[in-house]
Amino acid sequence: MTAAFETETETLTRMANQIAGFFSAYGEAEAAAETATHINAYWESRMRRGLLAHVAAGGVGLSPIVLAAAVKINRPA
Amino acid sequence: MTLLTEKDFGTPPAQSTKLVTLEIDGHTVTVPEGTSIMRAAMELGTQIPKLCATDMVKPFGSCRLCIVEIEGRKGTPASCTTPVAEGIKVKTQSDRLLQLRRGVMELYISDHPLDCLTCASNGDCELQDMAGAVGLREVRYGFEGKNHIAARNTDSSVNASYKPKDTTNPYFTFDPAKCIVCLRCVRACEEVQGTFALTVDGRGFDGQIAAGMDEGFLASECVSCGACVQACPTATLMENTVIARGQPEHTVLTTCAYCGVGCSFKAEMRGDEVIRMVPWKDGGANEGHSCVKGRFAWGYASHKDRITTPMIRERITDPWREVTWDEAIAHAASRFKAIQAKYGKGAIGGITSSRCTNEEVFAVQKMVRAAFGVNNVDTCARVCHSPTGYGLSKTFGTSAGTQNFKSVDKADVIMVVGASPTDGHPVFASRLKKRIRQGARLIVIDPRATGMVRSPHVEAVHHLALLPGTNVAVINALAHVILTEGLENKAFIAERCDTAEFARWADFISDPRHAPEAVQDITRVPAAELRAAARLYATAGNGAIYYGLGVTEHSQGTTMVMGLANLAMLTGNIGREGVGVNPLRGQNNVQGSCDMGSFPHELSGYRHISDPSVRGLFERDWNVTLDSDPGLRIPNMLAAAVDGSFKGLFVQGEDIAQSDPNTQHVTAGLAAMDCVVVQDLFLNETAAYAHVFLPGTSFLEKDGTFTNAERRINRVRPVMAPKTGKHEWQAVAELASAMGYAMAYSSAAEIMDEIARLTPGFARVSFKMLDERGSVQWPCNDAAPDGTPIMHVKGFVRGKGRFMLTDYVATPERATGRFPLILTTGRTLTQYNVGAQTRRTGNVAWHPEDILEIHPHDAELRGISEGQLVSLSSRVGQTTLRAHITEGIPVGVVYTTFHHPVTGANVITTDYSDWATNCPEYKVTAVQVGLTNAASDWQNQWTEHRAASTRREARRQ
Repeated sequence: MTAAFETETETLTRMANQIAGFFSAYGEAEAAAETATHINAYWESRMRRGLLAHVAAGGVGLSPIVLAAAVKINRPA
Repeated sequence: MTLLTEKDFGTPPAQSTKLVTLEIDGHTVTVPEGTSIMRAAMELGTQIPKLCATDMVKPFGSCRLCIVEIEGRKGTPASCTTPVAEGIKVKTQSDRLLQLRRGVMELYISDHPLDCLTCASNGDCELQDMAGAVGLREVRYGFEGKNHIAARNTDSSVNASYKPKDTTNPYFTFDPAKCIVCLRCVRACEEVQGTFALTVDGRGFDGQIAAGMDEGFLASECVSCGACVQACPTATLMENTVIARGQPEHTVLTTCAYCGVGCSFKAEMRGDEVIRMVPWKDGGANEGHSCVKGRFAWGYASHKDRITTPMIRERITDPWREVTWDEAIAHAASRFKAIQAKYGKGAIGGITSSRCTNEEVFAVQKMVRAAFGVNNVDTCARVCHSPTGYGLSKTFGTSAGTQNFKSVDKADVIMVVGASPTDGHPVFASRLKKRIRQGARLIVIDPRATGMVRSPHVEAVHHLALLPGTNVAVINALAHVILTEGLENKAFIAERCDTAEFARWADFISDPRHAPEAVQDITRVPAAELRAAARLYATAGNGAIYYGLGVTEHSQGTTMVMGLANLAMLTGNIGREGVGVNPLRGQNNVQGSCDMGSFPHELSGYRHISDPSVRGLFERDWNVTLDSDPGLRIPNMLAAAVDGSFKGLFVQGEDIAQSDPNTQHVTAGLAAMDCVVVQDLFLNETAAYAHVFLPGTSFLEKDGTFTNAERRINRVRPVMAPKTGKHEWQAVAELASAMGYAMAYSSAAEIMDEIARLTPGFARVSFKMLDERGSVQWPCNDAAPDGTPIMHVKGFVRGKGRFMLTDYVATPERATGRFPLILTTGRTLTQYNVGAQTRRTGNVAWHPEDILEIHPHDAELRGISEGQLVSLSSRVGQTTLRAHITEGIPVGVVYTTFHHPVTGANVITTDYSDWATNCPEYKVTAVQVGLTNAASDWQNQWTEHRAASTRREARRQ
């Protein structure tokens, strides 16, 4: 069996969607805000940069909550 | 200190608050009602002769040596079984008592070998002491009669009463010839350990101690905790190290380096050689008990595989070259600086270890933040209890278990969730079992029939054997039942919790989709059973929750922790003895390594790195500017390494190539790095990818503190100088300095002073204070100068407790046609984590290899018989191991451990992880199992890799 790893974008998409999945119980607006807060608090800059780049490229596979959260995610310098 | 001999009061203390005053040998003494006369006398300093009594077990009254006279009462009652009474007058010594005691001793000695000078117990034998105490001068019965001593009778016929020594246990010897059948061992096994492995086989003179069905200690149910050896008053049960090396001469008090119970031990020494480790009665966590690991499995510290000299190499395919500390540190610093110059500051980071002291961990995270200039520091708690940190801080306000271990003595109903304490936390398991034998009721939520579900005199009232991955559905259903049936604690919620958040949560959890009937098809837990468990937890009195990695190591690990906290708040089971939410931490210093600021987003004391006031405190103390952005977590570091942006890693005492999920991803990340520095005892799996090896110190050499699962800060004291010539924190400080950030400490105590200065919960902690008090539970500061055994007593740390919405989200890791079974992984009693320590001890006698547990139905479908080799495969990897068929695992689920590198259990597990913390989902992997007769490709590669390493080792310069 050969090793097949997720791409960085696939990993970030999965992680972001999971976060949004938890907060979705709080309703879309609050979920988007909490998702952004969580990512800002726990994601290193290159991860945030990667996610925002994926959003900018269309955000395929990202949940609507993540897409709504993107504007509140701190853009790394 | 000289050899520490603890006072044996003969019987356990009484718990009554009512006091009784009596007179013993003309002296007045006042003791709690229910105290034995023997103990009361000992309080006065009078040691009544005794053999079958010891204060670790209840009195038994069999040896008749502790007899006394009581004015106005007939006969000579045993002082161990006779309780004190108001105003009685007791005589402990008289001519009549002396004669009676001598008579008893004559009988004992007439059937005991007179080999005192060559006996391993010489100098530490209670039988010898009692012979002296009663003035035994002759044995009128002689030594020629019926006995258990000689293999043959005087007429050369076989002595049917004789049994040879049992040497099957790797750590102690049982010599029946020296046994006086006092039953202290049997009672210790029952009352202290709770295993009931020992018994008396036969009656009267024929009675002899037997392990199990007399199949020998190793083959019996004995778990080798050592309680029987400790209880034995003669040399009948004796540590092999004492037999081989003689009696110890001094004691060093220290702390076990295995699980999160954090047992206190007396290291009993001769010179700088450890003779034995004996659990300390005054140890706050263990109160005199131990398990096979702490008690006996410390020989790895002097194992031949131990590396004590620094080594470097250019490429990981090169042989190691032994160098000086200075060269190794200069080399590591040079490589790290070159990486940062080429790829940027963020290209390096470090991992701290829960097997290291608070001081060592603090030093590493400081090195990463201050010398590397990044926050890319993480700890192995990432892969075990990181969801505990997040979940409990959001609900209660702090990342810690709420109780001390002793609290369980007041619990009425105990819920054990996703944990197997008899394997992972055995000393606490003994305490749990004791409480259950006293009448507390037990609920177990676990896919497997763990050692808690049914054992002698312990049985779970409810075992909710859920399908792995459905924890949150179960915890929500429990809460749904409690709330919709009106069993919640309304007063507690109104007074202690955020009522707006509660109202929102109540709406959420009341929804019929959370009802047990609605989720039973997903969870496999019958609705009626779940409802009964919910009612029991809510109504039986003090409800205590204990949980382990079966809660955290899921894609919803954090959600489940919150669910447990919700349940405790809902029923008011927080803030007093006997209740609480308690994570059972896997490794000895998981709590401490988290406390010390090992996570990439927070400084010590769980304060976020983005908080300028907190950061400023550290910046002023450390004279450095800190990055305000969170750093990379372990899995993110490895992903970034595969991606090419992360090139250097300092790994302190962890073996991520064995312990972390998706091994091939981990090793791909490590192989992609330019410089990996490993600080460890052994050339572990991760060291195969290292360029610099800095030899680490064992717990016997460390000077510092560990913090256990109950937040208890215990001293770790060196019993010998570091075999490497350097403490780990010294090497770290030197590496930091070589990187350009001046860092130096004169002692570990100085590091603790810095921790206390910078961490509010540790403000009053110092080595001096710990040496005076023994231990303390944080927070320990001006508000709580004596520490905090129970958290959230008057209010939650966050103010009002917050109910969190915990919707069940199924893991994407599903059983499929190709991978129809669910693999869940864990650990076993005799091995520890990656096995680097325990595989190098006699513990391999119990667990020489990892085994796949499979249900008979699943085995039958696949034509698998007991002990056959099977292939275990998932979408990310494949391995081969032997099958064990058991009904202890549900249909559709298989289980294995990860203690042996050749098994590669984590070759199978995936990158899926907890939503909040990236804690890996070790507990749910879709797999297929089938018969095979060959090792997997990965195992063949591993074997070749290991052989190549061995060849390079042989060429080591």
